[in-house]
Amino acid sequence: MLLVTAAAAASQQGGGPNDAQIAHIAYTAGEIDVAAGRQALAKSHNRTVRAFAQEMVRDHAAVNEQALALVKRLGVTPEANPTSTALSAAAETKHAELSHLNGAAFDRAYVTNEVAYHRTVNGALRDTLIPSAQNGELKSLLQTGLTLFSEHQAHAEHLAMSLK
Amino acid sequence: MRLARASLPAVAALALLLPGNGPPPRTHIVMIEQMHFGTVPSDIKVGDVVRWENRDLFRHSATARDRSFDVDLPAGASRTMVLRKAGAFAFYCKFHPGMTGSVTVRQ
Repeated sequence: MLLVTAAAAASQQGGGPNDAQIAHIAYTAGEIDVAAGRQALAKSHNRTVRAFAQEMVRDHAAVNEQALALVKRLGVTPEANPTSTALSAAAETKHAELSHLNGAAFDRAYVTNEVAYHRTVNGALRDTLIPSAQNGELKSLLQTGLTLFSEHQAHAEHLAMSLK
Repeated sequence: MRLARASLPAVAALALLLPGNGPPPRTHIVMIEQMHFGTVPSDIKVGDVVRWENRDLFRHSATARDRSFDVDLPAGASRTMVLRKAGAFAFYCKFHPGMTGSVTVRQ
């Protein structure tokens, strides 16, 4: 919700975030999910939850690697902005909250958050970041990200059902 | 001459056993792109080869539901496998369970 709201606010203020801001938001969103996956791998003993977390770490790291290569090639310096700052702050809070949980309670909370997080990020990608991106290659990478993260969302939703 | 006559059935039998008697095995390509398995050809026969080509940035797999094959496909990689059994095989990506497909292999 936070990401959607902040990105929408940026959009209202100046016709949408610029490519440097979009790159920073997308990269930050990926890093947050890699960190969440690593936390799950450190805490969870559930085989399916661990497999999901490994998928998140591997896929988001792969997309971010491509994003870094792209901005370097384009000569764009990702620009910190209120959206990416808010994302990081919310992620820190969630990380701390999850650190107090263990076992099945942790698994459920982690997966529930993954469902909500991917739903939010996918909404922001679809409604704000992709339409605002000016560079064709950046837009294409964001679209690839949306395709991948939609699969993640479906996987997380399925996993959440199985943990109930 | 007698020798040639006596050998003919044996030669014919041997020819049936040797590879190359029927049409040679063919290679079929299945592309993986944008989190989807591409179209799987419908004319695959036992002995044919499937080449999986992963054009995504992410690791995938082509894993049969019955576990008769499990091909790991790192990002950008191609892998081949020989289809040795007839039947219909449903498969999926074990890393992205929403990615599914099926292959039918005929005798």
